[in-house]
Amino acid sequence: MKPIRLISRIDLKGKNAVKGIQLEGIRVVGDPCQMAQRYYHDGADELFLLDVVASLYERDLDLELIKHIAQQVFIPITVGGRIRSIEQIREVLRSGADKVALNTGAIANPSVLAHAVEAFGAQCIVLSIEAKRKTDGQWEAYTESGRQKTGLDAVAWAKRGIQLGVGELLITSIDAEGMRAGFDLELMNAITAFSPVPVIAHGGAASPASIQQVIVKTGVDAVSAASMFHYMQYTPREVKAVLHKAGIAVRV
Amino acid sequence: MKTVAIVDYGAGNLFSLMKALRYVGASPTLVETPEAVEGSEALIIPGVGAFPAGMKALQERGLVSAVQTYAQSGKPLLGICLGAQLLMSDGYEFGHTQGLGCVPGRVIKFPDLAPGYRVPNINWNPVEPPEQASPKYWQGTPLAHTLPGSQYYFVHSFICEPEDDQDILAQTTYGGFPFCSVYRRGNIVGSQFHPEKSGEVGLQFLKTFLDNL
Repeated sequence: MKPIRLISRIDLKGKNAVKGIQLEGIRVVGDPCQMAQRYYHDGADELFLLDVVASLYERDLDLELIKHIAQQVFIPITVGGRIRSIEQIREVLRSGADKVALNTGAIANPSVLAHAVEAFGAQCIVLSIEAKRKTDGQWEAYTESGRQKTGLDAVAWAKRGIQLGVGELLITSIDAEGMRAGFDLELMNAITAFSPVPVIAHGGAASPASIQQVIVKTGVDAVSAASMFHYMQYTPREVKAVLHKAGIAVRV
Repeated sequence: MKTVAIVDYGAGNLFSLMKALRYVGASPTLVETPEAVEGSEALIIPGVGAFPAGMKALQERGLVSAVQTYAQSGKPLLGICLGAQLLMSDGYEFGHTQGLGCVPGRVIKFPDLAPGYRVPNINWNPVEPPEQASPKYWQGTPLAHTLPGSQYYFVHSFICEPEDDQDILAQTTYGGFPFCSVYRRGNIVGSQFHPEKSGEVGLQFLKTFLDNL
């Protein structure tokens, strides 16, 4: 069985870690530096830090905060939030990020993906897609943390991203995000069906069982969760112990 | 405190590596001139990115022959990820690119893997000694205190393929395909994984590299 990563996601607003429901109605859940430390020691395989309001407020990422968070964490860190140029990616990587995630910036200017891949390698460019179910059963890609429609079909946009060379896809189901009621399995399957690059599922992690389900039923390569770790229902290590028992290859 | 120089050629995750080295008690410095590279007592070539861009960046800074001279000096040299790849003779990412040539061999894309295994390999993968290696095979290397099967963090689409099997210090299997995850040739060690991103076992790898200086 292929290895699976468990990612702790921390949404940022200013200096605070926040959490919303369906990417909206955000509230403060803690100090991101302390939380990052805790997740590192509690067995997370990676951290994903996303400034959820950077694009909305047209404000750049707080690189000092990223540096600070990265200070005592020795696992990979992916950073997202209003990243839109090569120069900016360079700065974010120099602040301690290992990978950058682009959503709004990539939709506005898809060629930035190809340029970034050429400059930094596919493996550090993550295309983040926030997908919302339409009435016809397909999914539309949104920007600005689920606030802005784009008219783009999420699956077609994922295919385009792969053509442009991205190394990873982060698929967030806006409908499932923060609801703690399980993943959108159909959405994940629609992506894993064709993706040659790793797929990270986000949105809906409710329990170790729901994480096990999205792994087994969709073939994603990594699962990201926020609330279930923030509210200390489980540690990443506890979740992985359950997955390990179920025969899934995880780092224990 | 051990001093270790990191080649700054604009394509690496220097911050992470520096903080990991500091954490294990070293004093890392950045070097970006040929003189500074050649004058180092221990050198690390980090790396994130594509092979041709990495070579180009080294060339633009006039560092190619400096690294080659350093490598021949017998002083300790560690390449990490792209840094390990650049030390090989030939790279095949976006066509052919000549590498630094300090370790004979080539850098090639993963071949077809078992179903469901995607590339890049972005995973924590176990690192093992080559088959039939003696139990003391890792002694005196940065893996000296590592248990076979320990998991390290990999992010790569390309793999190092040393010409000489003797240079393979450790291997890792991904998607049914075994590849060289750490090589050693004399004073040169290259790791395909990122020790600075591999939690406690990664920090141990760096610490052992320093302790061996």
